[in-house]
Amino acid sequence: MFFLSILPLRHDDLKEMLDSNKDSLKLEAMKRIVAMIARGKNASDLFPAVVKNVACKNIEVKKLVYVYLVRYAEEQQDLALLSISTFQRGLKDPNQLIRASALRVLSSIRVTIIVPIMMLAIKEAASDMSPYVRKTAAHAIPKLYSLDPEQKDQLIEVIEKLLADKTTLVAGSVVMAFEEVCPERIDLIHKNYRKLCNLLIDVEEWGQVVIINMLTRYARTQFLNPNINVNDDEDEDEEEKEKKAEAMAMAKRKPYVMDPDHRLLLRNTKPLLQSRNAAVVMAVAQLYFHLAPKAEVGVIAKALVRLLRSHSEVQYVVLQNVATMTIKRRGMFEPYLKSFYIRSTDPTQIKVLKLEVLTNLANETNISTILREFQTYIKSMDKDFVAATIQAIGRCATNIGEVRDTCLNGLVQLLSNRDELVVAESVVVIKKLLQMQPEKHSDIIKHMAKLTDNIQVPMARASILWLIGEYCEHVPKIAPDVLRKMAKSFTNEEDIVKLQIINLAAKLYLTNSKQTKLLTQYVLNLAKYDQNYDIRDRARFIRQLIVPTEKSGALSKYAKKLFLALKPAPVLESPFKDRDHFQLGSLSHLLNAKAGGYQELPDWPEAAPDPSVRNVEVKESVRAVGTVTYRDTGALWVFQGPQKMEGSEESDSASGSESGSGSGEESGSGSASEESEEGSDSEEEEEEMEKDNKKKTKIEFKKQTIAPSSTVKSYELLHRITGEGLSVEYCFSRQPFSSDANMVAVQMQFTNNSTSETKSLHMEDVKLQSGMRVKEFAEIGERWVQLGLTFRYGVKLMCSTPYYTTLKFFVSIQPPVGELMQPVFLTENEFKKEQGQLMGMNEITEKLTLDINPPVLLPDCMVHRFAGRTVTSGSLVLVTVVTKDEGATQLTVNCEKMVIGTMLVKDILLALTQ
Amino acid sequence: MIHSLFLINQSGDIFLEKHWKSVIGRSVCDYFFEAKEKAVDPENVAPVLQTPHHYLISILRGKLFFLSVIQTEVPPLFVIEFLHRVADTFQDYFGDCSEGVIKDNLVTVYELLEEMLDNGFPLATESNVLKEMIRPPTILRSVVNTLTGGSNVGDTLPTGQLSNIPWRRAGVKYTNNEAYFDVIEEIDAILDKSGTTVCAEIQGVIEACVRLTGMPDLTLSFMNPRLLDDVSFHPCVRFKRWESERVLSFIPPDGNFTLMTYHVSSQNLVAIPVYVKQNISFFETGPCGRLDITIGPKQTMGKTVEGLMVTIHMPKAVLSANLTATQGNYSYDLATKVLVWDIGKLNPQKLPNLRGSLSMQAGVPRPEENPSLNIELKIQQLAISGLKVSRLDMYGEKYKPFKGVKYVTKAGKFQVRT
Repeated sequence: MFFLSILPLRHDDLKEMLDSNKDSLKLEAMKRIVAMIARGKNASDLFPAVVKNVACKNIEVKKLVYVYLVRYAEEQQDLALLSISTFQRGLKDPNQLIRASALRVLSSIRVTIIVPIMMLAIKEAASDMSPYVRKTAAHAIPKLYSLDPEQKDQLIEVIEKLLADKTTLVAGSVVMAFEEVCPERIDLIHKNYRKLCNLLIDVEEWGQVVIINMLTRYARTQFLNPNINVNDDEDEDEEEKEKKAEAMAMAKRKPYVMDPDHRLLLRNTKPLLQSRNAAVVMAVAQLYFHLAPKAEVGVIAKALVRLLRSHSEVQYVVLQNVATMTIKRRGMFEPYLKSFYIRSTDPTQIKVLKLEVLTNLANETNISTILREFQTYIKSMDKDFVAATIQAIGRCATNIGEVRDTCLNGLVQLLSNRDELVVAESVVVIKKLLQMQPEKHSDIIKHMAKLTDNIQVPMARASILWLIGEYCEHVPKIAPDVLRKMAKSFTNEEDIVKLQIINLAAKLYLTNSKQTKLLTQYVLNLAKYDQNYDIRDRARFIRQLIVPTEKSGALSKYAKKLFLALKPAPVLESPFKDRDHFQLGSLSHLLNAKAGGYQELPDWPEAAPDPSVRNVEVKESVRAVGTVTYRDTGALWVFQGPQKMEGSEESDSASGSESGSGSGEESGSGSASEESEEGSDSEEEEEEMEKDNKKKTKIEFKKQTIAPSSTVKSYELLHRITGEGLSVEYCFSRQPFSSDANMVAVQMQFTNNSTSETKSLHMEDVKLQSGMRVKEFAEIGERWVQLGLTFRYGVKLMCSTPYYTTLKFFVSIQPPVGELMQPVFLTENEFKKEQGQLMGMNEITEKLTLDINPPVLLPDCMVHRFAGRTVTSGSLVLVTVVTKDEGATQLTVNCEKMVIGTMLVKDILLALTQ
Repeated sequence: MIHSLFLINQSGDIFLEKHWKSVIGRSVCDYFFEAKEKAVDPENVAPVLQTPHHYLISILRGKLFFLSVIQTEVPPLFVIEFLHRVADTFQDYFGDCSEGVIKDNLVTVYELLEEMLDNGFPLATESNVLKEMIRPPTILRSVVNTLTGGSNVGDTLPTGQLSNIPWRRAGVKYTNNEAYFDVIEEIDAILDKSGTTVCAEIQGVIEACVRLTGMPDLTLSFMNPRLLDDVSFHPCVRFKRWESERVLSFIPPDGNFTLMTYHVSSQNLVAIPVYVKQNISFFETGPCGRLDITIGPKQTMGKTVEGLMVTIHMPKAVLSANLTATQGNYSYDLATKVLVWDIGKLNPQKLPNLRGSLSMQAGVPRPEENPSLNIELKIQQLAISGLKVSRLDMYGEKYKPFKGVKYVTKAGKFQVRT
């Protein structure tokens, strides 16, 4: 290190050092070589000597050799191949970090011939045990793609596989690969959407940026515009309004409900506004800007304002984006007006951008503050900034009618400024303002006419001349005099000024030909011989038009109309208008031009695509395990999600024991089990217990009733590991247990994950608490075995059910109290009557606060009533939910069985408050 | 994403280049030099430039330009933030981020860049992870390495990258376990001619220096967290706990890091610690002007104001300044036209004053605007917003760490218009 910079050694010496046996010499040589690369010197002729050391033991030498190799491999393809075998070995190393680094270097070598090797390595690494290696594989994908785009299809397969990865380490990198290789394959995201949303907060910051940007695009294609019912802009033209009205009419028919997935994205990205990384904050901000309902976008303002404290480059980018946002959503940044005040130490480009934001934020209420602030800016030493301020004042004046005169007066005062640039800029702006109401301001025009003697900036001179020409009738005495002066200096003027002199002459000729006829002729003659052909053309054209001759055509009759037509006032608008069709925060937005590889932000769809594409089948992985053992196709059913299974029912004749503590009889016989096996040995056993179930349907109010929720939650009874291959899940199917209406159906699903066959599944030693009955499996026809259970109260049922002849497992079923009821229909009056009888001890009341109406409840109803009966005893259960203002809610449960009542209240409270 | 990086010094020499994809010739930088030429002031070069085939995104750090070459769409902030992270890493490794230091450590710099990006996408940017892979140079180590041929590259492979707390390296050991937190608040303000506040706000940052053995889990709580209006955190801080309990719960990185930055809610009136009486005028006739500045304490909460310094960017026409200061020294740089008055401690009994005459270039019209004053100051043992740390608890480890909190208030962008 010390003598690194002393005399560069010759390449021969370096070669010698690399060939030596000593690591220290090799290292020294490599350091010098890398230093050469860093300085941009050519070291390619050392390639053979360096590449030999690729397998060196010394880790630093090795790393430096990698650096060299990656830099020069492209130029020395044949020699580079020598190193490949080393990396191939590295790919098989037991240490994950070595595997990763081998893949990283291998994929960085840009030699087309090794594409198949890279492809293979990537595929293998994509299913590596180590997430770090899989991350490296994701990084390698774009490298290979840029080397050989032909591989796209294969790479997409790898990407699809890696997208399904559940680790945070991989998520960012694979989405990056997705964006580079196949950003159009939005369908790959569906299944991973929810997972990505949920992982987001734990992904490293760079990955977060990429994922958020991608999800923004995704959401634009999949969800509906949340602002469809809201009038978006304050100032829109009629046509748009009509469209809006139509859209609103449509929307009225179908009230907008945000897709829960859309909400999930907004909710999970919001905390990232607190990130220390400006890029992450910006990414979330643009996501909210493009996707959130109007009322929620405001949260990003504070975070963006915070970024203004950061480095000036960050400020530059953020201000550009804020400028675009302020046009669409001004209100959001108004509270932070003062944060955009300008300091004399800001760089000019920042000042100009802040000015832009301030101008966009100006409205009737804050304009006086802003103008006062502008007054201090005008005195700045930075003249470019002063010019920008003057333009800003002009824009404020056009946008806000009340201050137009104040602004104009201020600008007129600036005309006596000592700095010519300032004056010139003022003239240009005044010209634009005057066009709006010229009648009132003839003295300003007079004042400006005088300026022609002093002011030299061509643009300003041209503006003055145009003004005088346009409004020559307001200043009839001065105008010809100005033309006289100008005619004198015509030859020395700039082209734009000359054009305006001709223009002025023509207009004066038409209005006041007596005084100016000769002058005009003179000017036109001068122009006829001008060097610039534009000016010659113009002169010829105007002469034909205004000077009547015999030949002159029909047009000259209309000359006056042509020249002195009323011209529309110029619109002074922000250069940031309409920039928001680019995705905010993108390079394209910043440049206001499409950059290579930019993905358009799609428009909202008219109708939402099918949201179920994002549903993930939980069973999938289990099924994959199961397929291995699928041999018997004779089985009547295929393993499916439990919801789809048809339960066959059987009944137990004994009626549920009624009240309280009464009879403790066990009606189920000990172990009346059957085998499920017939001839063929299917490894897959399924069976179900059906249980009658629950649920209070809401009885009437107004016209609507709510159906019981159809989602059935399944619980695990026996895990695959503990069950030595056999797993059992159960759920409450909520369908009547046909053979005995007083029993609750439990549906069980058996899965055999082992290779051995299952025989003689049955229940043994059923331990029931008092008052419970069980109807065990009985064989019907094929292999269906079922079990009926009766619960009295929702107290815990212990049921040891060994399912193997050889193996016994102890399991227990504990039903939620809600599963022990079934809905009944009552009219409102009946309900009230029944409720009246179940007062006092039988009534339990709780108060709670709801944030939002839970989706089950209809939002426009204040009182919800639900009625049901317990399956076993048929006792009535009445639930009343009364919602008052702001979510204050009172919950009343009337039930003859106090235990059930209390438990139900507890469960409902839990469900509602979650 | 990021294709290449060039480091360029003030005089326009490229002294380091690094390519993550195929090599891009240096000539691409000519577009940048052109823009730099046009901008006059280096800080006015647009951070994003468009050239026919590439996009150039650059930052200015110290006196160096970090210029990256981009070929396709990428969020500009992503690149800017990353380049700053690179500069921060150099600062962290070498104590400075200047041309000399980078040239001296060229190989280490190169190794760092190699680890920080893979194919142009950030790979390892956490300083804890990097330090495990590439050890920062110390004088002792470089002497030893030269003699023994040892290396700066760690021979253990980084484990931090593999864990889900990548910011902390494993197996940290200290004999003295200590955790220090500096609460630093900066007042950003603009005062107008008459001394009224045009706008003022407080920005704060908590810098931490944590040297704790093992995997400590820390919880820092405040007496008055309501003061904090807007916050941003180091990735180690758990958002959920902050949302629900308003405490900072985190497993800290090892060493120095910025725990959080915050903004104090704007409803609270900001205390301005000093007042300034100034009178700067340029005479209409004759080539001279007068300057008279006095500074006095205003709301200092009974603490002393230290490190007081006034900087004035004079108009171009001011040739020299002939002033007398009752306290401290002043200097006037003829080339940059910057007047600096270094006052030091503010004595309330005897207010510092600077007065005298300014001589102007003859024949030039008098400047329109009076230059504004930029003020720097420092108050120890005080967080001007009133924020207070109430306690620091540690879980997960058995030992008793030594804990400390320090408060400092500084002037941020504190400007007085005249």
